Amino acid sequence: MQYRAEVTIERKSGMLDPEGTTIKRALEHLGYHTNDIKTSKRYIIDLEEESSELAETKVDEMCQKLIANPMIHNYTIDLREV
Amino acid sequence: MTIAIIQFGGSNCDLDVLHVLEDVVGTDAELVWYKEHDLDKYEAAIIPGGFSYGDYLRAGAIASRTPIMDSIKKMADEGKPIMGICNGFQILTESGLLDGALTTNEYPKFRCEWTNLRVETNDSPFTSAFKKGEVIRIPIAHMEGNFYADEATLSNMEDNDLVAFRYVDSEGHVTEEVNPNGSQENIAGTLSGNRNVMGLMPHPERASEEVLGSNDGIRMFKSMVEYISSR
Repeated sequence: MQYRAEVTIERKSGMLDPEGTTIKRALEHLGYHTNDIKTSKRYIIDLEEESSELAETKVDEMCQKLIANPMIHNYTIDLREV
Repeated sequence: MTIAIIQFGGSNCDLDVLHVLEDVVGTDAELVWYKEHDLDKYEAAIIPGGFSYGDYLRAGAIASRTPIMDSIKKMADEGKPIMGICNGFQILTESGLLDGALTTNEYPKFRCEWTNLRVETNDSPFTSAFKKGEVIRIPIAHMEGNFYADEATLSNMEDNDLVAFRYVDSEGHVTEEVNPNGSQENIAGTLSGNRNVMGLMPHPERASEEVLGSNDGIRMFKSMVEYISSR
């Protein structure tokens, strides 16, 4: 089965997001006022596995071993069959 | 006694470190390409600065997962001194050899400037030639040097004397104004629990000759060499 996983990596709450803060400031120069801006990274991973459970387990392993840094990140996995 | 200088694609301070070790300190050092896996003949290793793998994913993340890092961990387990400078510090935290993480500077700008550092401990293979509390001048050059660790990790570092250097003013005071990157508690360099792995964001190899404006950095390399000789 072919699956597509969309992995979103975010900083844990309470951590500084300098990029988000900079964008917030730039928007203020344009007249847009926001309460907060957080950035995240999204990875789109196509893979082949026998079942969606196996695919989810694999992608979760990838996140833990490389894609996320558990010290500073939370991540979510959105998996679907393609 | 030979010190290995590990080169990844994108390392760019490797030759500076080699120059300092060979020509200024006067010890043997060799450049070692990351595909090498047997590091048994080396007494110590330095992971130099640069932008390994273009800082893709996160600074140091890709390099920290290469097989040579298993050999570096083996050296660390054997008690051999391992020093990571700048990108090398990022690689050591990403590999789990050092605690914490280095994230984007609080003001997200590449900062290349002189800093004053306070030596927080001289009980390590890298800082024995300093006096505890001494203020030294070493430059930084980074955009991801903001040291972050959770409360438990920070208090463990405090309790076990694992902070090597902090950013301070010229009088040795820790202030917010002299923190160049937003690092927690102005931390600039840290040690592993068994004290033989050290990472720091400042570049001691760029402050090892008087002509460069400071030679405070050379004492880190000299401490290392002395430690190796005494082992």
